[in-house]
Amino acid sequence: MSDNASLKQQPAPLTDVGLQREIATLFVQALNLDVEPQDIDPEAPLYGEGLGLDSIDILEVALIVSKQYGVQLRADSQENQQIFRSLRHLAEYIAAHRAK
Amino acid sequence: MDTVALLTHSKPTTVVAYRAGVPVTMQRFLAEATLLGRSLPAGNHVLNMCADRYRFTVGLAACLMTGRVSLLPSTHTPEVIAQLANFAPDAFCLTDDQRCDVALPKHYYHEERPADDVARAVPRIPVAQLAAIVFTSGSTGMPLPYKKTWGKLARCVRDAAGRLGLLDGGSHVLIGTVPAQHMYGFESTVLLPLLSGNSFSAERPFYPADIAAAMAAVPQPRALVTTPVHLRTLLASEIDLPPVDLVVSATSPLGQDLAREVEAKFHSSLLEIYGSTETGQIAIRRTAESIAWRLWPDVRLKVSNGQVFAHGGHVEQLTAMQDVIEITGDDEFLLHGRTADLVNVAGKRSSFGYLNAQLNAIPGVADGVFFLRDGTTGATGVARLGAVVVAPTLSVAALTEQLRQRIDAVFLPRPLIMVERLPRNATGKLPQQELQHLAKRHLPTNQSS
Repeated sequence: MSDNASLKQQPAPLTDVGLQREIATLFVQALNLDVEPQDIDPEAPLYGEGLGLDSIDILEVALIVSKQYGVQLRADSQENQQIFRSLRHLAEYIAAHRAK
Repeated sequence: MDTVALLTHSKPTTVVAYRAGVPVTMQRFLAEATLLGRSLPAGNHVLNMCADRYRFTVGLAACLMTGRVSLLPSTHTPEVIAQLANFAPDAFCLTDDQRCDVALPKHYYHEERPADDVARAVPRIPVAQLAAIVFTSGSTGMPLPYKKTWGKLARCVRDAAGRLGLLDGGSHVLIGTVPAQHMYGFESTVLLPLLSGNSFSAERPFYPADIAAAMAAVPQPRALVTTPVHLRTLLASEIDLPPVDLVVSATSPLGQDLAREVEAKFHSSLLEIYGSTETGQIAIRRTAESIAWRLWPDVRLKVSNGQVFAHGGHVEQLTAMQDVIEITGDDEFLLHGRTADLVNVAGKRSSFGYLNAQLNAIPGVADGVFFLRDGTTGATGVARLGAVVVAPTLSVAALTEQLRQRIDAVFLPRPLIMVERLPRNATGKLPQQELQHLAKRHLPTNQSS
């Protein structure tokens, strides 16, 4: 998994399944998704194909992430593409940057 | 021959744009547009996909200077691009993204420093020149083209600048959260600064933190050109914005409470613009003070056979309005929602006729309808669509993938409910209540609507 090296600001975080599940539950509730949180594939893309989020959802996600974890997302960072590659990538990013 | 200048900035050294906070002068802008115009391939129709607003605007200027027509479809799905290629076989795509997957011949925007960064005459474009063709989704599955001449576009935007108080002051920097490819973004973040002597930020900020950063990178006074979706997100976020001097919103009307909240939080007036693809922008209101819309100086509305039409000013011909409008004065009206067939999700417009035609054109779909869900989602306050479909041989995932090829992602149904037959009543109609009921049953976790 060398392609997500840029996400790792600290020593490689262990995949935090609890955090992934927590984020998935927040998404399903806030976005009215037609899926159970535990059924979201942690490796599937969040945007477009996969979970099928669109740009409006991504704005909702940014709000959830800032309110819940104190992480401000920025579109101009190279990391932005990586963050939405999957639930696991997003969870790792939040784990590494969370202020709450 | 009647002409209108490509831009109205007063001196060759006047700033036209800011790229990552760095000012670009008018002479530099014109030099780059001239260079790009010389390098464009044959073909008279251009799909300008440049995401960077500065590159888009240089591309537009190059097209205007060389007599090329910009195509502005309402979305860029493979289906719509195929229809576009059919409409204009000579069309090519101007893009600044190597990963651009639009199925048209591509011309990549090449950043080149012009050798002669000297003052040059501002090009004058004939008012009768066809500048753009804008498409609505229509109501039958085929996009409908609307031709926009340079003269009419320029007149519309000059009137907008006048109503916004931005005419030839030449001091504001416009920061837009809307893409230049969208009619509103095209008019208010590209044409408006060019034709009112103001400047614009090349960025297209998305997240609240991006908007704050893009604003901080440019000098005051600043005008934020945005949408209800972004305004709601900004209000809900805990981001402090740099001082803003004017907020402009369009795509769907804001409530008066929300408008007052925006004015209080940003210490700025909020002006809402009303327009349509067919007419361009035609009216404005300061929502915190009045819910009545005020028309552009020469545009008027009239009722004929129960239908409201716009005419006069830049509106090319008597044009039927797609919204439910009550005329309350010579240059004033109230908006009472949309006609039943129109759909507006987060500022993207389509029609149920178009969406249903696309859905039913998918092999394996026996019957299906889209409907607007009751209630809205989350902080952005966006109402979503659902769909009920009879397609025994297709999975939800396969059908969603087919739809994604055809319609804009914001219209993808959630939920997409597969049924054995549609809940039609005795007259063959589908009661809204029944559809809402199906959606509610389908989404047990649904908390917010």
